[in-house]
Amino acid sequence: MNTGLSWNLAEDFRQLFLYSFMVNAYRAGTIIAVLAGALGWYMVLRRQSFAGHTLAVVSFPGAAGAILLGASASAGYFVAAIAAAIVIAAVPRSLGGKARSSESAVIGTVQAFALACGALFVSLYGGFLNSLTNLLFGTFLGISPAQVLTLLVVAAVALAALAAIARPLFFATVDPDVAEARGVPVRFVGTAFLVLLGCAAGEVSQITGALLVFALLVMPAATAQQITPRPALSFALTIACGLLIAWLGLAIAYFYPEYPFGFYLTTLGFVSYVAAAGGRAAASRVRKVGLQAVTA
Amino acid sequence: MCETGETAQSAVRFSHAAATAGGRVIWSEVNLAVAQGEFLAVLGPNGVGKSTLVKAALGLVALSAGSVTVLGLPAGQAGRQIGYLPQRRNFDAGLRVRGVDIVALGSHGERWGLPLPFGARFLSSRRAAAERIREVIELVGATTFANRPIGQVSGGEQQRLLIAQALVRRPRLLVLDEPLDSLDLPSQAAVAALISRICREHKVTVMLVAHDVNPILPYLDRVAYVARGGAVCGTPDEVIRSEILSELYRTPVEVLRASDGRLVVVGEPEAPARHTDRHGEPSSVPAQQW
Repeated sequence: MNTGLSWNLAEDFRQLFLYSFMVNAYRAGTIIAVLAGALGWYMVLRRQSFAGHTLAVVSFPGAAGAILLGASASAGYFVAAIAAAIVIAAVPRSLGGKARSSESAVIGTVQAFALACGALFVSLYGGFLNSLTNLLFGTFLGISPAQVLTLLVVAAVALAALAAIARPLFFATVDPDVAEARGVPVRFVGTAFLVLLGCAAGEVSQITGALLVFALLVMPAATAQQITPRPALSFALTIACGLLIAWLGLAIAYFYPEYPFGFYLTTLGFVSYVAAAGGRAAASRVRKVGLQAVTA
Repeated sequence: MCETGETAQSAVRFSHAAATAGGRVIWSEVNLAVAQGEFLAVLGPNGVGKSTLVKAALGLVALSAGSVTVLGLPAGQAGRQIGYLPQRRNFDAGLRVRGVDIVALGSHGERWGLPLPFGARFLSSRRAAAERIREVIELVGATTFANRPIGQVSGGEQQRLLIAQALVRRPRLLVLDEPLDSLDLPSQAAVAALISRICREHKVTVMLVAHDVNPILPYLDRVAYVARGGAVCGTPDEVIRSEILSELYRTPVEVLRASDGRLVVVGEPEAPARHTDRHGEPSSVPAQQW
């Protein structure tokens, strides 16, 4: 398939894009990294990582169910994740009481049930164990141009919708009481966000698999928010970091195909987060020591 | 019970107002007028519905009877002219958003869409907004810590930033719900002095909810005590007296004056209603004792 990594960067680069499956993988990875970064940034700020993970896990039975029914896995990912987003947004409210505390219980319940359904669908279908690993841990092989187009359209619509609610959503996230008093429809933007997050989770699952979505959904945003408390800058850094993780991950997976792709992707995200958090801790230590030196 | 002469000039006016929650009357027959430029404190023990009173003025809670007007308009329609600081919000220590960003939300946070990147370079309105944000941050004395993540500054510093957020749009009425709650004593004194300075120097009417009158006592024009049957208001000397509060709460209440001028109110009913409000289980709570 390839001649392995050489020390000639230009040659490696040419190698990387020699085959159309790799070009498609890069197109899909780029679209997904941007969408996941944008929604992940809000998700980390809103402390809704658990909800995001559940939406991704739910996309697994969605895809497995779609394959079982003979539909496209891609449609299954979206339908399941968006439906789950609506359930998660609606149920805690109708149960009454404190929204925050009952939300995580509802999410946990939905997640467990979804995984169990996924297992059932897989066993009903029988004999596609290879593809089970892909559904759970991701693959970048065999992405068709039609699939790239779907990803692009969904991402464009979701990003446009996010841009429309971006500022009130930020207000409702960091300061919900004042936002509500100022006329921001806090619940509406919260529900809209969950649905958009469902779109993103459905997209990311298609390349990272249902269990490793955090590589692109959480890790870039968490890294960027460690680096800077400036909202616009950390948002831009999130997108940049997501793109870097996706591009590097794909390159490594191409040259070293013997290990799972999801592992590369997640390791890159993990390393960037640890570096950012460690760097911040070290910087504050240095500042403190410096301050002591000045005052002493 | 509590009327001022000039009707047209009231910043906030409740007449025969009542509020209920879950079928229970929180308060009724509240007549209260706050004159423009006045510093008024809404006082009373926990659970008597002080927050409900300010939320009714903001139009966030509907009255079950009577009416409330704010700056001459029905409640909820004076939007931009009111600066509101809800009951103490704690920012998560891990929230990586700067204080200045929280203040900026007070200027344009509810607008749909997305601010243009680098807009401040091209749009004069954005420059003016940024200038105003700098100005209020300086006004509340937050310049030195406004660029730090909000979760990492102290409670008193957070409260200064939130006051700045409420002031960005030059409101004519500032509504503060327990702004001194859970601050240490020096911070309480400093924030109270700041609010008073804003009231006097910038001609902003202030309606402040508190359960302890002492930190704000030197600055107050009038106080309003709220109870189930209504409200009494007047100057602190008129209202914070044993016989007035005993009558209002229908239970013996004693007001003591310490040698340093601090007031101590003894025997205020600790309303069991507090539990109904916060946990939503009215059946398990004993009947009201007052």
